[in-house]
Parts: sequence; C-alpha cells; structure tokens
Amino acid sequence: MAIKQLTVFLPNRKGTIVSVTDILARNNVNLRALSIAETEEFGILRLIVNDTAAAEKILQEQHYLIKSVDVVGVKIGDAPGKLTAALDVLDKADINVEYLYAFMARTEKHAYVVLRVENNAAAEAALTAAGFKLITEADICKL
Amino acid sequence: MAQNYYQKDIETMPVEELKKLQSQKLVKQVKHVYENVPYYRNLMDEKGVKPEDIRGIEDLHKLPFLTKADLRDAYPYGLLAKPLDDCVRIQSTSGTTGRRVVAFYTQNDIDLWEDCCARAIVAAGGTKKDVCQVAYGYGLFTGGPGLNGGSHKVGCLTLPMSSGNTERQIQFMMDLSATIICCTPSYAAYIGETLKEQGYGPEDIPLKAGIFGAEPWTEEMRRGIEATLGIKAYDIYGLTETTGPGVAFECSEQTGMHINEDHFYAEIIDPDTGEVLPEGSKGELVFTSLDKEAFPLLRYRTRDICVLTRKQCSCGRTLIKMAKPMGRTDDMLIIRGVNVFPSQIETVLLNEGYQPNYQIVVDREKNTDTFDVHVEMTPEQFTDKVSEVLAKEKALANAMKTMLGINPAVHLVAPKSIARSEGKAVRVIDKRKLI
Repeated sequence: MAIKQLTVFLPNRKGTIVSVTDILARNNVNLRALSIAETEEFGILRLIVNDTAAAEKILQEQHYLIKSVDVVGVKIGDAPGKLTAALDVLDKADINVEYLYAFMARTEKHAYVVLRVENNAAAEAALTAAGFKLITEADICKL
Repeated sequence: MAQNYYQKDIETMPVEELKKLQSQKLVKQVKHVYENVPYYRNLMDEKGVKPEDIRGIEDLHKLPFLTKADLRDAYPYGLLAKPLDDCVRIQSTSGTTGRRVVAFYTQNDIDLWEDCCARAIVAAGGTKKDVCQVAYGYGLFTGGPGLNGGSHKVGCLTLPMSSGNTERQIQFMMDLSATIICCTPSYAAYIGETLKEQGYGPEDIPLKAGIFGAEPWTEEMRRGIEATLGIKAYDIYGLTETTGPGVAFECSEQTGMHINEDHFYAEIIDPDTGEVLPEGSKGELVFTSLDKEAFPLLRYRTRDICVLTRKQCSCGRTLIKMAKPMGRTDDMLIIRGVNVFPSQIETVLLNEGYQPNYQIVVDREKNTDTFDVHVEMTPEQFTDKVSEVLAKEKALANAMKTMLGINPAVHLVAPKSIARSEGKAVRVIDKRKLI
C-alpha cells in the first residue's frame, strides 16, 4: 500500500537542487511533491515522482547518493483541521511521525500528506480504520 | 644579559670532555640494553654486533636503528630494560596505526628528565623567584608532568594549571603574577588574543618568558606571541619515546635548541640509506638515550628532518644545537600537539564499517588547529533522516577521539565526492602555513 519516496543526499551548496530537478525534467520525470531537510553542510531531498523506478535509475547513473524508502500517503479534505484529525489518529495509536510534508492535487479538492513513520502497516491500519483514504503508487501516477 | 645555568659543569663542558662522557655512558648503556632487552639483543645479533664492539661514541653507527614500527611491535613491554618493580611511571603518546607508545620511567629517569626541563627553564631566565604557570596538559602527555617537575627543581612557585579553561588561566596569571608560562605555542597565542580582547596590553601582563613546544611553530608566530604577551618566547623539543620535553631547549640567543647531549646523543642520517651525515647536513634526527634505565632506546629514528650545528654560542653552552625540525619523513600530522596518522583514521573507518575513502583537512583559525575529516558514505549507510546522518557523524567522531585523543569534526559526504588526483583520493590537506 505504501508509496515510494526517493531520497537524495546533497551537499548544502548553491545549485545542487536545481541540478537534480533539471536532470529529472530532461528525462520526463514529473515531480508530485518535494521536501528538503537541511543542515549547515548537507541537505536531504525527498521526492515523490510519477515514475520512481525511472528517476532512481537516472540519478544513480549520475552518481547521486540515493535511497528509495516506503512512506505512507494519505488523502485528507482541503479544509482547516483535516491534517490535525489525521495526526490525532496516529497519536492515539502511539505512532511517531518522523517527518511529513503535504501537497495539493490539481483537479480534486483534496490535499495529500506524506508521512514517514517507523511502522507503515500500523499507520495505514490506524488511518484506514478511522476512515481515511490512503493513496497508492497508482494514484500518484494519475495525479 | 648574565647567564645562568642549571647544571653549569655539563652545559658548558668542553666538547672533548663531553665526548668522553658520552662514550663511557654509551658503552655501559649498550651492555645494559643487550643484557635486558631481548628485542634489541636480537636486532644486534642479526647485525652481528656485540656489546664489546662498542668502545665509544665513534662505534655508535654499528648499532641497529629502532623505528616507530619497532615500538609498535614491542608494545607494551618489549623494550623495557628494568623490572616493572623498579618503574614508577608511564607516559604515553599516540603512535602509528593506532597503537600507543608507552614509555616507562624509573625514579632516576624522572629525575634526569626533570633536570632537562629545569635546564630549559633556567635558560629562559627562570629562578626560584619565578612563578611558573604550566599550561601543558597533565596526564599521559609528557608536557605537563615534565615542565612541572622542571619548575619544582628550579624552585619556582609552580601553578599546575594543565591546558584549557582560558578564563581561569588568565585569572591565576594576573592574580598570582605568573612570570613564566609553559604551553603549546598555539595555546600561548590564544591566551594572548584573549588577554588583548579583555583590554590587557603587554605592559599589564606579569609574564616575562614563555617555554613553548610540542607542535611546529614559526618565527612569525614567535614574534606575534612575544609582542602580545610582552615576553621572550623560547622553543623546547622532546618526544615521549626518549623522555618528553627537554630533550633540547632554546637559550637567550634563540637560534636553535641546545640538545641535552649528555643524556641524548643526536645523529643526523640519510633517511633512505641510514648513513650518518656530517654536521650541518639536513637529514633525519636519531636519538640514543645514554642514561635512561627503564626505556633506553638506542638509535631511535624520530622521523624529524633537521640540521645539527656545533658553534660557539653566546650563552656559553657547548651543547650541540638542533634547528627547528623542517618536516617529517612520513605522513604524520601534528594537530593541537597530538600525533595523528592517516592510517589511524583508516583503521577507525574500517572498524566502523566505512570504506577508507576520506580526507583530512587541517587548518588554523585564531591560532588553534582545526581538524576536519570528510568521509564518503555508502548507499547502505545513507538514510532519509537527518538525525540519523548526524548521529553517524557523531559516532565516528567519538571513535576517532578514542583512537587519537583529539576530537575531529566528521562530515559525511556522497560517494566519489572527495577530490581525487590520478585516481587516488587526496588524503591530507594541511592548510596551515608554518614553515
């Protein structure tokens, strides 16, 4: 059920993010969501793309340090309090969220949240039981 | 300036007499080592040299060399020449491939060592009226204990400060009117800068002399320290393998360091052939301990590149002088006074599951060495969590600190991101401009 997130290690220097997005664009990979965590010295770029396998191959060929990890994608209503409701569910199930980021769909009136947790299956079960709809790799491709 | 000596008869002994004394001591020492150190006896036997072949200092060249590798192989007791019952102290330093050098001392060894340090303090103008602030590290490092003992012998009021805690150093220096300070030159410069920031000029500072060593420093640094602290800055040289600081020391002339050659006989050799070179030649410095009882190294190769000269010195001392070492025959780095070998970093990386793809960058900021180690991560080690990458950096830094005794800043980087020259990664970048 989980979706794939592509993680790229980058030195914290001018021009490193654009070099990644540029190579993906030139290879027709479309970005769905993006987040970056940075320290003084390095950044960790997290990407949700329409074709993870292709993006992984392209970046590997260019010698980027990458890692593909499973994350939980959940669909939430585009209204105040909806994210809180989803996080409450995880909190009550005692699931710790390592990090998260959100993105909007172009067509539907929905927001999507990408969650990085220790136990994907438990998070997915808790969210599904509370009535949330999870997103799949197939959904990502169609977005 | 009137000259004072701690042991005038030795320090100003006519050269011919000194040679006779060295010869007598050497004959006795070779016998002692041959009888009590099987490791060195084997080296002598392999070379076909017997103790009776050594009849004076002119025969020294017949003896085999000892190297850092021997110290590593013989660790810990292999070069010990006295029963442990007769030893009262060890001192230690980091050595090649991560193994420490442990040196042993009898009470007599400690006394002679402290005499050497006392000679250095007196040559720097020290008397029993002085207050001597020892800001070298105390402990396994020889700096603190050596100068502490020397200061006692001279009769100075000794402030055993150890290194660090600059605020407290300054407080004791000012409140107790310290007149002599002993520390690494980089720490002296740092204390000087701090005093300046606090508004103290050289005329406000009670110090008159400083004895600085344990790391390379330049004439430019000397002038800077002398101006900031309002002192005369004296160089001191030593190594744990032979004893510690005080193997050689500077006098008022400040043109090289007098070697305490009644205890440590110095030779300059061609590092490639091992051939002894004439006075004035540049080569590797080799020491023979003439008096050490517990840990008497014969013909120990220091790997320091140096020149020896014997000239009439204005201070009246007849002891031969060594120039400041001009470099090393190997890749050892001296960072904050500590010996660091790239091979030690490599050992830590392999132990911790990393590939030995790394780069050491040493620089100097505000007169203190900076020490950075860049390490390439493998895809397996990379994670999407910042906290985990930082934790890995910290764990590596801790492992290196355990191995080296000083703390590097570790930076994990992407594979193949360390600059390579002709396919080989550049392991060491030393940006310090010292010599």
